[in-house]
Amino acid sequence: MQKQQSLEQLLQQVLDKARQYGATHAEAGLSVSQGLEVTTRLGELETIEHHNDQGLAITVYRGQSKGSASTADLSNTAIDNTIKMACDIAHYTNEDQYSGLADKALMPSQILDLDLYHPWDLSVEQAIDITTECETQALEFDAKISNSEGAQLSTHQGLRVYGNTHGFIGSYPSTRHSLGCTMIAEEEQGMQRDGWYSSARDAALLQSVTEIGQIAAQKTLARLGSQPLSTRKASVIFAAEVAPSLLGHLMAACHGSAIYRQSSFLVDALEQQIFPEFIHISQQPHLKSAIASAPFDDEGVLTQSYDLIKQGCLKTYILDSYAARKLNMTTTGNAGGTYNMIIETGDKDLAQLLKQMDTGLLVTELMGQGVNLVTGDYSRGVAGFWVEHGEIQYPVEEITIAGNLKTMYQHLLAVGNDVDLQRNIRTGSLWLAQMTIAGNA
Amino acid sequence: MSSIDIAKQTLLQPAQIQEQDLDKLLYTLSGQTIDAADIYLQSSRYESWSLEDGIIKNGRYNIEQGAGLRVISGEKTGFAYSDEIVMPALLQAAQSARAISQAGQSGQIKIASQLPKHQLYQSSNPIERLSSQQKIDLLYAIDSYTRQLDSKVKQVMVGLNSVFEVILVVSSDGRLSADVRPLVRLNIQVIAEDNGKREQGFAGGGGRYDYHSLFEQDRHFDFAKEAVRQALVNLDAKETPAGQMPVVLASGWPGVLLHEAIGHGLEGDFNRKGCSAFSGRIGEKVASPLCTVVDDGTLAGRRGSLNIDDEGTATQSTVLIEKGYLKQYMQDNLNAKLMGTRSTGNGRRESYAHLPMPRMTNTYMLAGDTEPDDIIASVDKGLYAVNFGGGQVDITSGKFVFSASEAYWIENGKIAYPVKGATLIGHGPDVLTKVSMVGNDLALDTGVGVCGKEGQSVPVGVGQPTLKVDRLTVGGTSA
Repeated sequence: MQKQQSLEQLLQQVLDKARQYGATHAEAGLSVSQGLEVTTRLGELETIEHHNDQGLAITVYRGQSKGSASTADLSNTAIDNTIKMACDIAHYTNEDQYSGLADKALMPSQILDLDLYHPWDLSVEQAIDITTECETQALEFDAKISNSEGAQLSTHQGLRVYGNTHGFIGSYPSTRHSLGCTMIAEEEQGMQRDGWYSSARDAALLQSVTEIGQIAAQKTLARLGSQPLSTRKASVIFAAEVAPSLLGHLMAACHGSAIYRQSSFLVDALEQQIFPEFIHISQQPHLKSAIASAPFDDEGVLTQSYDLIKQGCLKTYILDSYAARKLNMTTTGNAGGTYNMIIETGDKDLAQLLKQMDTGLLVTELMGQGVNLVTGDYSRGVAGFWVEHGEIQYPVEEITIAGNLKTMYQHLLAVGNDVDLQRNIRTGSLWLAQMTIAGNA
Repeated sequence: MSSIDIAKQTLLQPAQIQEQDLDKLLYTLSGQTIDAADIYLQSSRYESWSLEDGIIKNGRYNIEQGAGLRVISGEKTGFAYSDEIVMPALLQAAQSARAISQAGQSGQIKIASQLPKHQLYQSSNPIERLSSQQKIDLLYAIDSYTRQLDSKVKQVMVGLNSVFEVILVVSSDGRLSADVRPLVRLNIQVIAEDNGKREQGFAGGGGRYDYHSLFEQDRHFDFAKEAVRQALVNLDAKETPAGQMPVVLASGWPGVLLHEAIGHGLEGDFNRKGCSAFSGRIGEKVASPLCTVVDDGTLAGRRGSLNIDDEGTATQSTVLIEKGYLKQYMQDNLNAKLMGTRSTGNGRRESYAHLPMPRMTNTYMLAGDTEPDDIIASVDKGLYAVNFGGGQVDITSGKFVFSASEAYWIENGKIAYPVKGATLIGHGPDVLTKVSMVGNDLALDTGVGVCGKEGQSVPVGVGQPTLKVDRLTVGGTSA
């Protein structure tokens, strides 16, 4: 708490100084964090990393001209230089009528306690024991697990402070812990690699060491004997572990900056039907202890719950104050990202979805960057499983799937109830009517 | 002033750190069970300017400095860092880093400065070579030039940035090395619109030099033309046919194929652990006899070049594949030692706050003797891929993928029409065995590559001559 107060004071001094150096308005973020990362491999310690980070970022406005600077050195001289640099830059940037702080009225008067701070009192030796046990669970799961890239535990705690010259200063501490391992399985045909990890604000909410190790082993084993498919059109299910990526493209495409730049396939899509009617997606930023919860955004705006997609219709763009002013709208409090985007699920689990699909492709890994948000064109490398008679037949790899996000979203057939609650975007498996698969013939 | 003098002046003098203080730090790091230890001091200055909607929207300046301290014992590494370069903080980090080893005595270490083996770039700060006004005037000039190229151009975004980095490495064998690294980059992105259809084009470049070289001979206008050309080509692009087919890759940036399909799999750490599809295959035939691939950190002024790597080892040109045979992996100190070989000068790290690991520098294939036109003429039906977004590889299964941002359909040996959204997927240890023609037109990329590995980004270069892969899977929408 004392640290929190002294950092808030430091931030206030930074803002005051920016005014002295000629800024009309200013905003600044300060963060300090500590962490420990331990990796063990084949039962032996591989690395111990002690993390210790700090940083200050300031943006100043001279009228409507903006300048930014940041430093990892928090000495008085360095901070002073950083503020001067930001003010100096603002002499050269242009007046931009849309720039500036977010509206004062949107900032919270009290900072919500979202239960994000759960430090893990863990010695290096304890961390080593945990990773070793996790990897052992995977190694002993099956004789075909022949090698390992190691098991890793990381625990971080930090404090974030943000303030601006509207008089708002807010801060909150948070923690993040994760544990996972990556295994290698081998047979005559070659090697396959896969893994599993769990992450949470509270170490008590991590999956168990045994569960993580065994899922990593199962996933790796399941890939052995992978083969290509011939080129065809087929129905596709994005498994829950890769499904957030598909919705992530939606978030990027309806972000205000993509809209005002006209660089999105969702330009002019507001109130349009972009999904089938049964699809609802909302942001819920105040879930207790959730990975992506936050009381305010990167501009100090109170984060809010809202519908992004209601009955398949796009209800709002995702906005910070700059994009909002450009589009003559109000910020949605999304400076810096989205905070727990959640899709309403159906009543079927993955096995039931596979049954219903009968024949098609289950995608469990996506590779490459073949997504064009300007046009919606989508073409990526994948690995997964071929499904017939509602059952997994064999693992597949070295194939691509292609389509256009506009039609992919329109042809979404179902959302599974197999949601991974540890993600920023919470979704179950997603079943799409049809995509083009390119393969070995 | 030499690099070592600049580094001492930048990193040691402000905190009044003397060479005997470095001795003391090394002594704190060392112990009986230690194989090696090093101290990495870094200062970096970063500046960027961005233009959008015809106005200078923002400028950014970042100052960062700190020290990373590492202790190695067998396969174990202890690591800690500090954002402050002052003795108390460094001693504390040293205590944390050495936690992997038993306390003990080691002999006195005598520090000796290493003279640089090569000087591939100037040690001047690019940020200071032009005034802020000159930089923004250049951005305005690029903006208006780009807009007048074609009325279909609707949006122009220009980014100009530069980094000036000073590093000093002291290792437990007593070597003290330093490097002063400038890096500049210009990016131009355009959105073109025609009949309600929108497309984008990107171009840019840079390297380890100052702004004068970046803007000489109006290179910035060439980038502008290139970005507009790409956007306009894509406005006319049709769907890509899906399936296996011959693929001709253009020279230059398509060398990202080598980086993904071959390069990562030849990094020492993966091979030491036996988890690369290339593990244990030195001396084996992994490519057609037409293929010789090198990783070369010693090219003057290139984005991927370094005088020394981040462990103080002089960079070199390493032959990875010679006439189809696998010759060597890329190594840093730790993995080289564990594999009984020597570092190839590929030990790189994103910053003092990250551990070094084997990373590529500039990776490219040497030229063959075929005319590029003859290569295209040899294809009946296939793909000609000219530009790429980025790629990814699974080094264990060897599967790689990369996405074309500009490609054409070849029919009867002629370029027929542009296609969009082509993604190539293949098997790393396989793909070069199917190379049947290699052009005489080796080119390196313009200097925009960023490579990511285990969360660390470093600048890299790639290159190749035009080449033909007889069969590769092309992902497209038209089946």
